[in-house]
Amino acid sequence: MKKIQRQTVNIDFHQAKWNEPIIFELHQPGEVGVEVPQASEEVVSTVGDGVSTLPQHMKRASKPNLPEIGQARVLRHYVRLSQETLGSDFNVEIGQGTCTMKYIPKINELLIRNPKIMELHPLQDVSTVQGMLEIIHNMDLAMREISGMDAFSFQPSGGTQALFAMASIVRKYFEVKGEADQRNEIITTIFSHPSQAATAVVKGYKIITLHPDENGFPDIEKLKEVVSERTAGFVVANPEDTGIYNSKIKEFTKVVHDAGGICYYDQANANGLLGITRAKEAGFDMCFFNLHKTFAAPHMCGGPATGALGVTEELKPYLPGPIVEKNGDQYVLNDQLEHSIGKVRSFHGVAQTVLRSYAWIRALGPEGLKAVAETAVLNNNYLYSKVSKIRGASVPYVQGQRLEQVRYSWEQLERETGVTTEDVQRRMTDFGLHYWTSHHPYIVPQPFTLEPTESYSKADLDEYIYALEQISKEAYETPEVVKNAPQNSTIHQLIEADYLDDPTKWCISWRVYQEKVKGKEEITSYNC
Amino acid sequence: MSKKVHPYIPNMVSEVKQEMLDEIGVHSIKELYSCIPEELQFDGTMNIPKALNELELRRHIEGLLNKNSSTNEYLNFLGAGCWQHFVPAVCDEVNQRAEFLTAYAGEPYEDHGRFQALFEYQSLMAELVDMEVVNVPTFDWAQAAATSIRMASRITKRSKVLLANTVSPERKKIITNYGTPQLTFEDVNFNLDTGLMDLADLEEKLSSDVAAIYFENPSYLGFIESQGQEISNLAKKYGAIMIVGVDPISLGVLAPPSQYGADIVCGDLQPLGMHMNYSGGQAGFIATHNDPKFVNEYPSRLFGIIPTVKEGEYGFGDIAYDRTSFADRENGKESVGTQTALWGITAGVYLSLMGPNGIYDLGQAIMQNSQYAVMQLNKIKNIRGSRITSPFFKEFIIDFNDTGLTVEEINSQLLEHKIFGGKDLSKEFPQYGQSALYCVTEVHTKEDIDKLVSVLSKIVTK
Repeated sequence: MKKIQRQTVNIDFHQAKWNEPIIFELHQPGEVGVEVPQASEEVVSTVGDGVSTLPQHMKRASKPNLPEIGQARVLRHYVRLSQETLGSDFNVEIGQGTCTMKYIPKINELLIRNPKIMELHPLQDVSTVQGMLEIIHNMDLAMREISGMDAFSFQPSGGTQALFAMASIVRKYFEVKGEADQRNEIITTIFSHPSQAATAVVKGYKIITLHPDENGFPDIEKLKEVVSERTAGFVVANPEDTGIYNSKIKEFTKVVHDAGGICYYDQANANGLLGITRAKEAGFDMCFFNLHKTFAAPHMCGGPATGALGVTEELKPYLPGPIVEKNGDQYVLNDQLEHSIGKVRSFHGVAQTVLRSYAWIRALGPEGLKAVAETAVLNNNYLYSKVSKIRGASVPYVQGQRLEQVRYSWEQLERETGVTTEDVQRRMTDFGLHYWTSHHPYIVPQPFTLEPTESYSKADLDEYIYALEQISKEAYETPEVVKNAPQNSTIHQLIEADYLDDPTKWCISWRVYQEKVKGKEEITSYNC
Repeated sequence: MSKKVHPYIPNMVSEVKQEMLDEIGVHSIKELYSCIPEELQFDGTMNIPKALNELELRRHIEGLLNKNSSTNEYLNFLGAGCWQHFVPAVCDEVNQRAEFLTAYAGEPYEDHGRFQALFEYQSLMAELVDMEVVNVPTFDWAQAAATSIRMASRITKRSKVLLANTVSPERKKIITNYGTPQLTFEDVNFNLDTGLMDLADLEEKLSSDVAAIYFENPSYLGFIESQGQEISNLAKKYGAIMIVGVDPISLGVLAPPSQYGADIVCGDLQPLGMHMNYSGGQAGFIATHNDPKFVNEYPSRLFGIIPTVKEGEYGFGDIAYDRTSFADRENGKESVGTQTALWGITAGVYLSLMGPNGIYDLGQAIMQNSQYAVMQLNKIKNIRGSRITSPFFKEFIIDFNDTGLTVEEINSQLLEHKIFGGKDLSKEFPQYGQSALYCVTEVHTKEDIDKLVSVLSKIVTK
């Protein structure tokens, strides 16, 4: 047989396109999606219809306008929608910098489907959940090694909630010290995640934002200018979202400590640091890690997730409770933390994600974790070297010195061709690849942030680089191809004008869309 | 290990590594870390057990999990914010799809399906709660309630909040944590026998400083607050916003709070297709009318349906994105981030399967089973099946005061019979003495309930 020559890069990609109706349009009166469990005949003969105990005005007058659809069609609908979603399992997902989109091991997904975690109630007697508590405790021990902190809570169920918990601890700490009114400022940096500033505001703090110096480093002199007896806390990521590691971080934490403030560390960008450097030695009092980023739990379209929160011994009494502790050979829940902030999330957080990350750590061991960090940094610097050679692309600030990610700029491309980073973003989908610009505000002009993690091979990275090269070439030669993208994605370019921001035009639900666009006659009403 | 190539790390292959180092122009990976000062470099080995291969890992984890006893093996009557319900297999099938499981923050193009599934979730929930706007899910009910309250505070520009004294104490901890220091909270009394809010106390505490009144229906204690309209009328009289927390699985049979005047409705999605997962199944929702005054105060993402350049094609996008902290950092409304989107998609699947009749039938089955339980429990000497006399949904208080036993003692004996007894209320609601909150749903058979009754009967008449 003749050898088949094949391109390994996705130049002929087209994403699945099903033109799937909105679920309400699949309504066929009388169809049934699932058989609902009923009370037994004896129960019914004893208590009657059950609902007649309700006062008339508390009964629902007409059934909700949910669609009636047979089970197979419901399944097909959602499976089709899933195919119209580009998960990291099937693309070289390095375009979502700051989010550490790494390989999600299948064994972990198999393990969390075990009924002995899936069917646990959070209030079960601790004697019946010893295995679960042991997993949480073992995870705590591992995280202590990784960070140098002394105790962890897995209750915060996302990075934002962990940041909120840390801001709550800062407030409580100064309440206990009697300095809560005086210390009303939290200092952060512009290249840190927006939630650092946003959650501190929720806890009543005034935000002071440090901008970088000409080399992209947070400016120690500016910190010294703003730090004062009003400083409650300093929160920062390191490396920041630029991928630049602040080598003066210990000086930063010292300046804040000398002023009496607390230093807390957003370790969302920790993938290049495992076994390399730790929060403790840099002088932090608290830190958190996203288990759904560095620790290989899936992102699940945006949660559920875990922001593992670690603190020093001094701050342990402030943790949200309960925390898991080992007492002899038994695992217990300790809810008697002297200065606990209370809770940030109900019960124990997202247990299955803690299990996933624990399994990931155990699959790697200490040397494997260090290899993760080193390879993530190697991959990133390889990508950096290649991408910065692409016409129109550049890397602002200090050259070299990037750890696990880089914030790039298409400033030159935009100046020379009119093609923006958003245009490139849409065009990348035509190659079956995801690409993210950056958080707002765009301090770096026309930004994009790539984080290759340890999961991708050199060939994978080359495929992504190839797509960027092609788009750069198109921008200079046939910019309309990029401007009019996507052509091979599930849908064509959105018409966003007004529909997203004008209250008279926005449609946040099918019900509103029906009222505004299609007329009320299509809404079916059911009577009880 | 360091010599071996790990299956999760392809570029540990030494030839490839060398090629990449050459491209970068360095001799070693260590050089790439030169930006980290020596004194900050960790030179020890982390005290973490050595790596396990996949088979060893599976044995290890399954060995740990085997130490647990789940509600598959024990008869469970615990609820109190996380409930055991029937989960249709299609829900699991959809949320295990690799595409949804591993997607994150894609654009409305390559993640069209994610956007549509979440828009549909919003729309299906909107029908269930009979409102127009529902957000992409928050962390859980408690945080949804906290955010609803903060929304009300921003809308009214007031900072005092009234909470029904029957609100779940755990949720209250979270609500007050999210509200401190800007908001002040005051409890509104309730009637111990009926559970109902003390309207005189409410009116006394209402004033033009009050941003919101928050209560739950069905309440944490299971009873139905039937004075919703009266509470709403009082709130309106003082310009306060009425927020109602609701267990959405009750809304097939119970009137949705919007029909008795709620301005904001919130609650937990866990009953709608999520396994309990030792509390990993929680997810919060917030619903309002389509009033820009309210919509612009959501911190969450809100997906809307919009046209594309191609006639007849649906597209989706972020409504009023500039209000979020993603867009405007500390000037945005509260904060948004990774919360519980996959559970939103799952709840959408669940409601699509249930349809209008399924959700009604399910609510009815829960009411029948739980009423049957109370009737049978009442036959046991010295036990009051439902301490509160008002109609209830799914949960109810068993009063054990006359048995001479503590709930702790009773639960410990139930455990020996492989039964998880209800949540001990003696600390949370000491007014009820030795009482426990029991939960009976559609998963409980008559035989399950009879077993509980028979074992309890033996325990208390020993």
